[in-house]
Amino acid sequence: MDILKKEKKLLKLEEELRELDDDKKIESIKSKIEDYKYGMMQDLSAWDRVLLARHSKRPTSRDVINALIDDFIELHGDRNFADDKAIIGGIGKFRDRAVTVIAQQKGKTTEENIEHNFAMPHPEGYRKALRLMKQAEKFDRPIITFIDTPGAFPGIGAEARGQGEAIARNLFEMSALEVPIISVVIGEGGSGGALAIGVANDVYMLENSIYSILSPEGYASILWKDATKAKKAAEVMKLTSYDLEEFGVIDGIIKEPIGGAHHNPQKTYQAIEESLQKALEKYYNFSNYEIKTARYTKFRKIGFFQRFNYDNLKGVVK
Amino acid sequence: MKRDVLENAFNRQKAFKRKSTNYRKKPLSTEKVPDVPKGLYEKCNSCGERFIAKDMIENKFVCPSCDNHFRLRAIDRLNITVDPHSFLEKGLGFITLDPLFIDGYEQKIAQYKSQTSLDEAYIYGYAQIEGIPLVVGVMDSHFMMGSMGSVVGEKVTKSIEYALVKRLPLVMFVASGGARMQEGIFSLMQMAKTSGALKKLHDQGLLFVSVLTHPTTGGVTASFASLGDIVIAEPKALIGFAGPRVIKQTIKQDLPEGFQRAEFLQEKGMVDKVVHRHKLKDTLHTILQLHQDRGV
Repeated sequence: MDILKKEKKLLKLEEELRELDDDKKIESIKSKIEDYKYGMMQDLSAWDRVLLARHSKRPTSRDVINALIDDFIELHGDRNFADDKAIIGGIGKFRDRAVTVIAQQKGKTTEENIEHNFAMPHPEGYRKALRLMKQAEKFDRPIITFIDTPGAFPGIGAEARGQGEAIARNLFEMSALEVPIISVVIGEGGSGGALAIGVANDVYMLENSIYSILSPEGYASILWKDATKAKKAAEVMKLTSYDLEEFGVIDGIIKEPIGGAHHNPQKTYQAIEESLQKALEKYYNFSNYEIKTARYTKFRKIGFFQRFNYDNLKGVVK
Repeated sequence: MKRDVLENAFNRQKAFKRKSTNYRKKPLSTEKVPDVPKGLYEKCNSCGERFIAKDMIENKFVCPSCDNHFRLRAIDRLNITVDPHSFLEKGLGFITLDPLFIDGYEQKIAQYKSQTSLDEAYIYGYAQIEGIPLVVGVMDSHFMMGSMGSVVGEKVTKSIEYALVKRLPLVMFVASGGARMQEGIFSLMQMAKTSGALKKLHDQGLLFVSVLTHPTTGGVTASFASLGDIVIAEPKALIGFAGPRVIKQTIKQDLPEGFQRAEFLQEKGMVDKVVHRHKLKDTLHTILQLHQDRGV
């Protein structure tokens, strides 16, 4: 039974609770719900976390921005081609400090999703993000990015306008920006489309978010030529926050309330706020040079391989 | 156990040197994409014309009748591009590991290693073109579609750093299917690593020429391949971020003729120049010469 089915059962229990008026029964059902909720979140499989990360009620970037950023002014367009609604960006205040915020925006309903292209950005979206980041560097503002995308959009227009180049340029420029960049993966972090706004000094993940090279479906279809094996793919891909923390690819996990972020959004926002505040404080005393070096060194180190020196072999092997 | 690993790798290295002379005789791919034909007589897999294999080498692996550019092994690429005996390989001794414990990945790597006599899908080193020194990196699409895992990412970064330290121009021949799925998130992070290293090269005012050959897709297009100061493409090479099959599935339309081919990208302004393989060495030489004047 996956997490969505368990959640349905939970909703049924909650409905039962609303219809009751007997005090004693209410007490017992309430404790039953708490127990069930707690039990539900034990031993989550990787696939459960994928489902939670894609949950239709999960807070989107816009929700997080509304909760955390005061006086948010959205800025549009890449000054070249168009404004991509899959990426939203702007300036605002985070705990009385001016920051630039860039985020990938999913919708909660189908119409919203179509408007935001299911958070799959086109090249102009990445170029807008880069423009805003350069602007932030000019005015010495920290950058906060929220990652929530299945991946960059694969389409004729996107290819013709250089999707690959746009992502590459972002990675290139972000590696040497002289202001701190903090990224939080709040839902799905899919492939280069996520990394293109995720080359950050600190990368955090919400507990039940995922970050991977490709969607589990795509992974299964490439490796086993069968997209229906997504569940199996999710297990082998090591895409959960706990796996990635173990690998040292991310810098920390932001705990979610019991039941997932959508069960108590306020608590989620609070947790994100605390992590962001801590991270920004850490980089407050860094010089510009130290900030960019720290980021570069961090990514320079990532890799899983062995190497030895042939010169040392001369005595060992004839 | 460690000693075994070292010995194995050392033997592989010896085998590589031994095999590199008759390296081309072992065809690997049975796909439809252009490949180096085997045997004495072979036919072009694009136009079906038959020809003598020896002529092919003289013709720089281009079909004499239909101009089809075959996929090259790394060593053939070096042979037709850099001065004879000038190539000095660097960055040896990397061992690919299996971070996600994927079934069959280690066997696959071992198989490709013996088939291609390469340690990984990328080799780099010092070389000269018409006497001009440079750092040259070549990806071999016969090694697991030239996909970028931790080792390829590290070697690409090392080659950039080598160019940086020696203050030499860097020319990279790209042929890759993208990031290596079997290494998961590590492959993804190589994109950031290689791009970051290129930024350092850029800040030092050094030249980076990226030559895109068939095929260049996925995570490699979205990182170092697109970041050349000058981006050259070979005719009819497939270059793009998402593969044509994925795009077709997503938009549920037929793709236009010539979509994602080198000529299409030049028309859209995404590559500087499409250069025929016969003229590639001269073009590179001219570019290197033009950048030599300012003391690079």
